[in-house]
Amino acid sequence: MAINFDNALGMHPLALTMREKRSELLAANLANADTPDYKARDLDFKSVLKQQSGNEHVSMERTQVGHLSPGREWLGADLKYRNPGQASLDGNTVEEHIEQAKYAENAIQYQASLRFINGRFQGLMAAIRGE
Amino acid sequence: MSSMKIFDIAGSGMNAQNLRLNLVASNISNANSVSSSIDQVYKSRQPVFAAELKNVLDEKNSAGGVNVLGVVESQAPPVMEYAPNHPMADENGYIYKPNVNTVEEMANMMSASRSYQNNIEVLNTAKQLMMQTLRMGQ
Repeated sequence: MAINFDNALGMHPLALTMREKRSELLAANLANADTPDYKARDLDFKSVLKQQSGNEHVSMERTQVGHLSPGREWLGADLKYRNPGQASLDGNTVEEHIEQAKYAENAIQYQASLRFINGRFQGLMAAIRGE
Repeated sequence: MSSMKIFDIAGSGMNAQNLRLNLVASNISNANSVSSSIDQVYKSRQPVFAAELKNVLDEKNSAGGVNVLGVVESQAPPVMEYAPNHPMADENGYIYKPNVNTVEEMANMMSASRSYQNNIEVLNTAKQLMMQTLRMGQ
């Protein structure tokens, strides 16, 4: 019986990648908190997971190099624009408190995924040692 | 390693806010620099921010930091003051004061320092997560 890392770790590596990408997006939102006309964006974790686990993703074929992809696809998921609670005069839709809360939430979820992976590794180690 | 991009993003934000703080300091310190000519009087300076768009066509890298496009001088008219006894007064007895609004600049300074702190927090959290990731499986 061979140890297969893909089977052993399950979906957690994918979740970790998505969390990391999301933290990048939220960091970009916070960095652009004072940029006029910047629109805050976020990743819909649920739809990403759906696309990655099933085959619901439909993409348009690009037959030439100059063709643009429909929308900004990101690891198969569309990025969504955030609806601000209060509009600002300069067209910026970043609300720092919301972005901060989302970033903190994302950091915790990243740590959770990390802990799951660590748990799996510990399980493997225990199996290897046979103690 | 792609995850190091978050440090670039937060770094660009800190860079932009740092420039903004520098301009605020310049504006406030020159708020009372009197001149005898309307052309030579100090004008309030403001940064222009724009989102980094260089990767926008590359769908895998659509998160970008801040770009500072440049610094613009405020077009508001300078303050004219009739002070014939002032050593800098022109032949008509006027001195010219900069168009710096110190109240606005103070509010600007607070906003810039808060945004800087936000970016620092993002950086610290990302660093902690990276350190934990490095210890994965131990």
